[in-house]
Amino acid sequence: MKRWLTAGLMLLLGRRKRTLPAPEDERIVPPGGADLRAENAVILLLLAAAVCAAGFIAAYALGSIPNRTQFLGLALGLSFAFLAVACLVVARRLVVTEELEEEYSPVEHLEEQAAIQEIVTESGSRFTRKRLVKVAAGTAGGALGAALIAPAVSLGPILDTSAFYTTPWRRGRRLVDQGGNPFSAEEIFEKLFYTAFPEGAEREDLGAPIVVVRMEPAQLRLPSERSGWAPEGILAFSKICTHAGCAISLYRAPLFPPAGPKAALVCPCHYSTFDPATGGDVIFGPAGRPLPQLPLTVDENGHLRAAGNFSGPVGPSWWGVRRKDARS
Amino acid sequence: MRTARVVLPVLLLALALPAVAASSVPPPYGIVDANAPRDTPLRELGFQLYAGNCSTCHGPNGSGFPEAKPGLGSGGILGKAPSLHGVGELSADFYLRTGRMPLGHVGEQPNRGHVFFSDREIRALVTYVGSLGKGPPIPHPHPQRGKIAEGLQLFTQHCAGCHQIAAGGGYLPGAVAPALGQATPTEIAEAVRIGPYVMPRFGPQAISDKELDSIIAYVDYTNHPKDSGGWSLGHVGPIPEGLVTWLLAAAVLVGMCLALGSRLKS
Repeated sequence: MKRWLTAGLMLLLGRRKRTLPAPEDERIVPPGGADLRAENAVILLLLAAAVCAAGFIAAYALGSIPNRTQFLGLALGLSFAFLAVACLVVARRLVVTEELEEEYSPVEHLEEQAAIQEIVTESGSRFTRKRLVKVAAGTAGGALGAALIAPAVSLGPILDTSAFYTTPWRRGRRLVDQGGNPFSAEEIFEKLFYTAFPEGAEREDLGAPIVVVRMEPAQLRLPSERSGWAPEGILAFSKICTHAGCAISLYRAPLFPPAGPKAALVCPCHYSTFDPATGGDVIFGPAGRPLPQLPLTVDENGHLRAAGNFSGPVGPSWWGVRRKDARS
Repeated sequence: MRTARVVLPVLLLALALPAVAASSVPPPYGIVDANAPRDTPLRELGFQLYAGNCSTCHGPNGSGFPEAKPGLGSGGILGKAPSLHGVGELSADFYLRTGRMPLGHVGEQPNRGHVFFSDREIRALVTYVGSLGKGPPIPHPHPQRGKIAEGLQLFTQHCAGCHQIAAGGGYLPGAVAPALGQATPTEIAEAVRIGPYVMPRFGPQAISDKELDSIIAYVDYTNHPKDSGGWSLGHVGPIPEGLVTWLLAAAVLVGMCLALGSRLKS
């Protein structure tokens, strides 16, 4: 051990100063001696980086030490830090830097420049129908621009919006839960809300998921054309918010309705708030139109079934959402 | 020695004066008769406390007032509160132990607050409210039997929408979902079954007692989560964590640039 240490010390300190061979008067770079202190510092820093990296390996190998993650991070971080400082010292103190300045050259070749100018003016133009060429170029540019803009039509449907009106929900289709079990009306409790899907249909469809809540039938203020849509006060709405298409996942269910905010379906993205009692009207937030309601019936087995399609197009609104009659 | 003999009574008097002043003003909440004998039966004591602290809103027999009754209110409190028939000991225990009741004023959200009653007084009130009608008893959850992983899944499904995934609380229009850090296992179990204020109510069909144990185990875990990184940043999530890391890294990088570069000498 002692011998190793002596050898290391000798390596570190026992080097001879190298002499530079070039004679003094022909030099571009002024003479500068070796910076022994900086060199030593770099070697020590690199060794420290190595020690820290070894520390990382050790902490990794010893699984049972407390705060292991912190030690791992500290060891690796310090190793990188030492490496960085070593590079810094090398760059600042050991790499020879020399600033050289060069003047801009004066303007040259005056005759040649004049000749080029003359060639350009004498050449003139070979276009005889300048305007027609301009129009052709304009047409090409315009058509290309239109082609580039055309995909923006996908941002809001103009030509075909039927996908937003046709949903998996049909008259008589049963409501099932995530496990595929049908919902019966007596399983729907007040102050809770349920997510349901159409039985035997694709669940990933925008129109598939619905939220189901039960309210006191006397509290409902549904539009007159929707009478009978909520048997026993059970209401179903599209689970997709009409603002940005997030899932309605919050239900505000007052314990004591006279003193507190009224029951509401809330979207967690931008807090669009819909009133289930009035058929999904917006009572707060950025949504621009009511939540589409799904008419329900209860069959002879007590299971919940859809009585038709939604009251309006499902999903986020687009610019022409109000142009078409919803129930088509 | 003489100074001490003078100072001490003066000091005692100074300390006693505010107490005397305070006792001369009737406290807004608290026990009706501070000198009630210790051996008063619980239900009897509960009835007295109820009459003095709860009846202006909840009615003389816990029948409740769905509409404000200005004629009945005393001390500026107008009755407008739900009936307590059938809410059981569960609800009374939850609202009293968390200091949610008595409510400051009608219509505000009952929030966790100062508990005005002693433990015996709470037990008395709970007994009295429980005797008003057949209702659920105080639950006894066993979070040690629950599974944290299952709890996380259930919490994500049922609770995180409002209370946030780290149970740090959140907002929805018109209400605040409280942070769950101070909630005891019993209080969590009670809140799930009651659905206080605008929270949904989860019956045993929606969340079984076993699942509730797992949820409580998870909420308990969120109070002392295993922060492997050491610095939790308030458990705000991976995106702010990344931003903080980038901010720190950017500062270091700018520092390195300054250290490495040098100005052109002109």
